Amino acid sequence: MKILVQTEAFDLGAEIDAIRAGRTDIGAIASFVGLARDLNEGNGVAAMTLEHYPGMTEKALAALVDEACARWALLDVTVIHRVGRLLPGDSIVLVAVAGQHRGEAFAACEFIMDYLKTQAPFWKKEETPGGERWVEARASDDAAAARWKVS
Amino acid sequence: MKLRILYFARLRERFGAAEESLDFDGTTAADLLAELQARGGAWAEELAAGRAFRMAVNQDIVALDAALSDHAEVAIFPPVTGG
Repeated sequence: MKILVQTEAFDLGAEIDAIRAGRTDIGAIASFVGLARDLNEGNGVAAMTLEHYPGMTEKALAALVDEACARWALLDVTVIHRVGRLLPGDSIVLVAVAGQHRGEAFAACEFIMDYLKTQAPFWKKEETPGGERWVEARASDDAAAARWKVS
Repeated sequence: MKLRILYFARLRERFGAAEESLDFDGTTAADLLAELQARGGAWAEELAAGRAFRMAVNQDIVALDAALSDHAEVAIFPPVTGG
């Protein structure tokens, strides 16, 4: 398991190679990379700055990886989230999940992203032509996370 | 009890502070909120009932009835928007 919060860019290929290195039991790796867009809510976005809560962030990410491991038989998980100022086209977040089969890899990757969106203490501030603005939380993100609740 | 209170994102900007130390006579997270709201201005506005914000105690999200303990690290922040 690898959980990192960093300002530097990451390399998806290198992270997947690191997961695979020296092992032959992995049958599937599903990955997600989130990118900074140049448009949000109808306004151009020149840049965004990601703030977080050092300490709680790492704890919250570890908790949601633990929860994924409790739900699915996973062989490895990598989560990397960037902070600081990012430009359109920059990568923001990477989640890669390894399992024996694709089912658990796809499901756990989506689960981790859905929970990260609603549980991990990160906040985005956008630079638009109208000035700076904090991104508001979306109800659709709460709905996405709620899908995974055990009824 | 003594509390360390952290503010993030929009709330940090509105309150003009990233953190403060507070001597607190209450018991719960709700008591602390009432004390902060009583400062008026941005405090009353941002922490009013119905406004969306979260509280964490020692880095875990809590409900308003959560008990606070001496030297707790309390954080108040808007709903998260990472990913």
